[in-house]
Amino acid sequence: MVLKGRPMADAPLLVIEQLNAHYGAFQALFDVSMRIEQGEVIAVIGANSAGKSTLMRSIVRLVQSKSKSMRLRGDEISDVPAHGIAARGVSLVPEGRRLFPSLSVEENLLAGGQLKRKGPWSLETVYKLFPVLRERRNQKSTSLSGGQQQMVAISRALMNNPDLLLIDELSLGLAPVVIKDIYAAMPDIVGQGTSAVIVEQDTSQALAVANRVYCLRGGRVTLEGKPSELTRAAISSAYFGV
Amino acid sequence: MVWVNAIVQGVLVGGLYALFAAGLSLIFGVMRLVNIAHGDLIVLAAYAAMICIGFTGMNPLLAIFLVAPLAALCGYALQRILFNRTLGADILPPLLVTFGLSVIIQNGLLQVFTADSRKLNAGAIETASIPIAQGLSIGVLPLLMFVTAVAIIWGLQLLFYSTAMGRALRATSDDQEVARLMGYDNRHIYGLAMALSLGIVAIAGVFLAVRANFDPSIGPQRLIFGFEAVIIGGLGNIWGTLIGGVILGVAQAIGAMIDPGWQLLAGHLVFLAILAWRPQGLFPKVDG
Repeated sequence: MVLKGRPMADAPLLVIEQLNAHYGAFQALFDVSMRIEQGEVIAVIGANSAGKSTLMRSIVRLVQSKSKSMRLRGDEISDVPAHGIAARGVSLVPEGRRLFPSLSVEENLLAGGQLKRKGPWSLETVYKLFPVLRERRNQKSTSLSGGQQQMVAISRALMNNPDLLLIDELSLGLAPVVIKDIYAAMPDIVGQGTSAVIVEQDTSQALAVANRVYCLRGGRVTLEGKPSELTRAAISSAYFGV
Repeated sequence: MVWVNAIVQGVLVGGLYALFAAGLSLIFGVMRLVNIAHGDLIVLAAYAAMICIGFTGMNPLLAIFLVAPLAALCGYALQRILFNRTLGADILPPLLVTFGLSVIIQNGLLQVFTADSRKLNAGAIETASIPIAQGLSIGVLPLLMFVTAVAIIWGLQLLFYSTAMGRALRATSDDQEVARLMGYDNRHIYGLAMALSLGIVAIAGVFLAVRANFDPSIGPQRLIFGFEAVIIGGLGNIWGTLIGGVILGVAQAIGAMIDPGWQLLAGHLVFLAILAWRPQGLFPKVDG
């Protein structure tokens, strides 16, 4: 027996059923279903305009979308406003990082943690994760390199102590060496019990850290499975549609 | 000495203009809303103070402590009920709504209070002055006005750059969508900004009403002074707003010395000159 209003302990962290999203007359997502278990790392891969960002933005309610259901730990969240999502433990690292330009690095982090949710992440622990940010804490966030800005963006999301961390286009526009550094931090991030969804166009890094992968093309899920069980040919056919 | 006197009085009046400007620039900075009704809200606050004084008989300067919180409360409600519905990618709807509000306030005041000009009487403090030198003395009331303006601008600076609320206001101003992802409810943040703005408006309104006559039609002129001070000082710079107000005040005082008819014209000319020479204002906000 489960008490009403209490999430079931064994319920998946997030279940999305038949999500459809539109921009005006253009339909960006078609009946997308997805399931994320507690502690899982999911890679969402796909070419440009496959609907990956729209999927992330639908989860945090920045895109008005329709779905059969969208349940976080068993609770329906499809009518929660965007500013109510963070309090429920979902944080998004937006595409293009979008740091607050008039705030310093540390102020960006404090803004991310303003709800003061309990958990392992604090200024102290994110500075330990990315030590370069401690040196730059009082600088304007826009004065940092792209890689450092991505570190701020990830740390800002972690400051909310999310149960589910969504990272949209983690490596877009970053140098390969920086991408490696950020991926090297992933085990520390998810090691704390946080589930993560990593959206990537560049699949190799994402597949290496992910437990499961979803491939999107033209707004539809074309492939789902464990990276170890999927052949290169299956992935590239799902990705490119050839 | 006559000139020194004019300049000193101009500086002190500049404090009042800075108060007009501070609330205006705060709202524009946080939500890109150009509040055309700002001047009329100043006048409305003056009438509200008049009513308070009518009931209680208190000194206008004390009435500030009653009217300002009340105005802040009304500001929050006004934002949540009216302005938040107009905000979006298009900046025209909020502009039109505040323009409409301006017309409504002016005509409402005219209906209720008639076109008679009024003044709030603050008693002996109005004529008290501090002699500085032969032919130069500083009025206690203008000085109080100026000190209040400096204190408010200093307080705003502190609020914006050293408190969690200021961080919320700046984050929302930078990128309201991402701010929502951090759990900031932008509608509430905008409400707080409007509350702050109207609190300052109320203080400006009472000072305006103590300093000179007012009637329902003078709002738009105060709005222009506020705009001019903001533009002269540079958008987004709180201290620049004070300097903008002072420059406007001094220009008007010097104009009035040359010919009383030139008072307003001189202010506008200086504003236009600065707009032509430095369209970004004297102290624009530094980015990056």
